Amino acid sequence: MEYFLELVLGGLTRGSIYALIALGYTMVYGIIQLINFAHGEIYMIGAFTALIFTSVLTLLGFNEIAVIVLASLSAVIYSSAYGYTVEKIAYKPLRHASRLSPLISAIGMSIFLQNYVLLAQTSDFLPFPNLIPEFEFIKQYRHIISSSEIVILITTSTAMILLTFLIKFTRTGKAMRATAQDRNMAMLVGINVNRVISITFIIGSALAALGGVLIASHVGQINFYIGFIAGIKAFTAAVLGGIGSIPGAVLGALVLGLTESFATGYISSDYEDVFAFGLLVLILIFRPAGILGRATAKKV
Amino acid sequence: MVRDINTTGGILGRKVELLIEDDVCKPEIATNTAIKLVTEGVDIVLGHICSGATKAALGIYKDSKIIIMSPSCTNPALTQSGDYPNFFRTIASDDVQARLEVDFAIDVLKVKKIAVLHDKGDYGKGLAEFAKKYLKASDKAKLVLYEGVTPGAVDYSAVVQKIKHSGAEAVIFGGYHPEASKIIGQMRKKGMETVFISDDGVKDNTFIKVAGEYAEGVYATGPLDTSNNPMAIAAIEAHKNTYGSEPGAFFLNAYSASLCLLNAIQKAGSTDYDAVSRALRTEYVDTPLGKISFDERGDAIGAGFCMYQVQNGVYVEING
Repeated sequence: MEYFLELVLGGLTRGSIYALIALGYTMVYGIIQLINFAHGEIYMIGAFTALIFTSVLTLLGFNEIAVIVLASLSAVIYSSAYGYTVEKIAYKPLRHASRLSPLISAIGMSIFLQNYVLLAQTSDFLPFPNLIPEFEFIKQYRHIISSSEIVILITTSTAMILLTFLIKFTRTGKAMRATAQDRNMAMLVGINVNRVISITFIIGSALAALGGVLIASHVGQINFYIGFIAGIKAFTAAVLGGIGSIPGAVLGALVLGLTESFATGYISSDYEDVFAFGLLVLILIFRPAGILGRATAKKV
Repeated sequence: MVRDINTTGGILGRKVELLIEDDVCKPEIATNTAIKLVTEGVDIVLGHICSGATKAALGIYKDSKIIIMSPSCTNPALTQSGDYPNFFRTIASDDVQARLEVDFAIDVLKVKKIAVLHDKGDYGKGLAEFAKKYLKASDKAKLVLYEGVTPGAVDYSAVVQKIKHSGAEAVIFGGYHPEASKIIGQMRKKGMETVFISDDGVKDNTFIKVAGEYAEGVYATGPLDTSNNPMAIAAIEAHKNTYGSEPGAFFLNAYSASLCLLNAIQKAGSTDYDAVSRALRTEYVDTPLGKISFDERGDAIGAGFCMYQVQNGVYVEING
């Protein structure tokens, strides 16, 4: 029973990270039907920014809490700026091109950003300090759940609630929903579509950066390549849940995290990915639009 | 060192020219690197570093009759399969390391339950397979878990829980330091004191740097300590003077490899494939690793392994 609980918590932690990244994929897809392959790199850049700021702030003698908050904040801001710029440079000029062109542009951006960090920083693995202190009250349970796992779960849930609030109850959210439904129509009723798209990229990047900081602090190391696998897994989660759907991305991410955790725990970690992607295939056979995705009829 | 040779007139009247490429340790990139080098007309390749990447590139060099010597690839099949007569290495193969790891766990640490993990790569899995074989042959300890982890996965908490529930007293890990430091970090954070034994992919100062306090007490096998060899001391000194930093993990192996290669070319009188490989197999060369030559399969004769442990942030040789 304890083993089961540990696997559930491990799976939820991993799923939360996938969810933070998957939201960026799904929101962007929802609005401009683009799979932003450079999104995993934004997550990686978030982790790198946090590392740089953590080192600097620690040297300057800031206390622990200030370091966590400022480093995460700078990661979020910096990554958002990257997300915004990537959209302006690589996708906006291709807004009216065929759907394949921005996709290729996204892959190019992903390769560019990876190599940029490789050259600007290093190809080596770098140690990432443990930003989250060991809480006293959790010590006796730490074999089941560690304090960084708790922080990951809480932060992710908070971010989800805030995002839901933003989309459901604010003017910006309303504009985003309208743009997702019909871009031309939204433009006709006076919504600044370009601004909405920029905001979407900024929010998605901010969430990914948050995920990057949390997981880097949890596992204690980063390098320029971490965005690739995390990005692929998060993309899988977004498709699993129904790409374009926000609750779907979260659900898909948690399902994926739990599947991997159980596959490793009860069968073998050799087959971790086999089960994760096997599940994707199964779900897509029976629900081609994903768990929560809505099948849209297309005019022919 | 190449600069020294060139300033003293090169070899056979020709200057040694270096073409440096980075395969970033990925098989798919290593093949590109190999093709690039072949088209640029290299005579000899010193490298690659990772067994998986080397294996991918070997066929290309073999077809172009280019001798390749790796300072660090320890996958047994590279030499033992006999498929690649053009391949040499200045490091002992994994089965030697696996034997050492298992014997150390059983005879010195006297553990009864051992978990063997690997990273599913050519190097890590090869080593783990040998460890598994030796453990099964021994009745003093039991293999309680044998698993491959996915390199680059976001975290390893499920595997770590599994190790805990298998009751293993020691983990033998075949793979490189990024995965090792992630696994050891998560084990220690969960309060597990399990002994961690690994290989020369982990016996690297980057591992200590990345794993930090969690690295303390970790065992890893690595090439024999050569810190008393005068050639080694001189080579390291020269590196420090030129680059202003400590050399990396396989520096001496690479240094020795270039000594052997250049000596063989000198003796062969050309960069002809057959002549150079014959010279490599017959000539003994004084290197920072000791006096070495190569056997029929391309393994170095005279290069061995011993066990190290992280103590106060540095790897210390253990006589066990």
